[in-house]
Amino acid sequence: MKNEIDIQIKVPNQTRYLSLIGRIGEDLALQLQGFKGDREDLANQLNVVLTEAMVNAIRHANAGDPDKEVDIRITIGDNELLLQVFDQGQGFDLNSIQDPGFEGEELLETGGRGIYIIRTLMDSVVYRRIPGGNVLEMRKRL
Amino acid sequence: MNIKREEQGNVVLVQVKEERLDAHNADELKLELANLFESGKKGIVVDLKEVRFIDSSGLGALVSGFKNASARQAELKLSGVQSQVKSMFELTRLHRVFDIYTTMDDALASF
Repeated sequence: MKNEIDIQIKVPNQTRYLSLIGRIGEDLALQLQGFKGDREDLANQLNVVLTEAMVNAIRHANAGDPDKEVDIRITIGDNELLLQVFDQGQGFDLNSIQDPGFEGEELLETGGRGIYIIRTLMDSVVYRRIPGGNVLEMRKRL
Repeated sequence: MNIKREEQGNVVLVQVKEERLDAHNADELKLELANLFESGKKGIVVDLKEVRFIDSSGLGALVSGFKNASARQAELKLSGVQSQVKSMFELTRLHRVFDIYTTMDDALASF
């Protein structure tokens, strides 16, 4: 029996759609066939990762422009899950974003945790330029 | 954002009546907490019982409230943290920053 899932969604560059996309990730995890791990955990992780990646696209890559769009593609194979978030902006240097500090004043930074959260919850994270924008590709082994 | 605010003696109980605390609504909570401290409140409990999901912006709003409290010799405490929300506090080590109580009554009684 085939288990492949491939979903593509396009939403306006607005944070009101975070919950819609987060929930789709969550529901996919809860219904994933043959997954042996903790489903509730995976559901929350996909919700968080999709939310963080979208916020990144909306606020940073697309610079908050409400007329731009964010494309999301979720591909699930037998052994791997791939999340792709496409923006239409100038992009940013993923490698220049360091993990937040965990001691003293650094722990009390109000921002800068999004990419760290994505990196921690996924197995690989790549951001690359494509015609018309960029794509953040996040993979997780199942 | 749906927030219920209630004065309990010297402490203000802020109940977040949303399933998600994320980049879409976190600024409203941040502003609410800033206004309360600005008006001289010395103790705030943020109850997260109804919050099933938090992202880095939601965490940032709470950190902002915590810093605001510290700068004014006031206190901000949390209650009702659900398991998935707790796991986000742990992932970002922020559970070491906040006083977290099981129920809002426990948090209120701690002042």
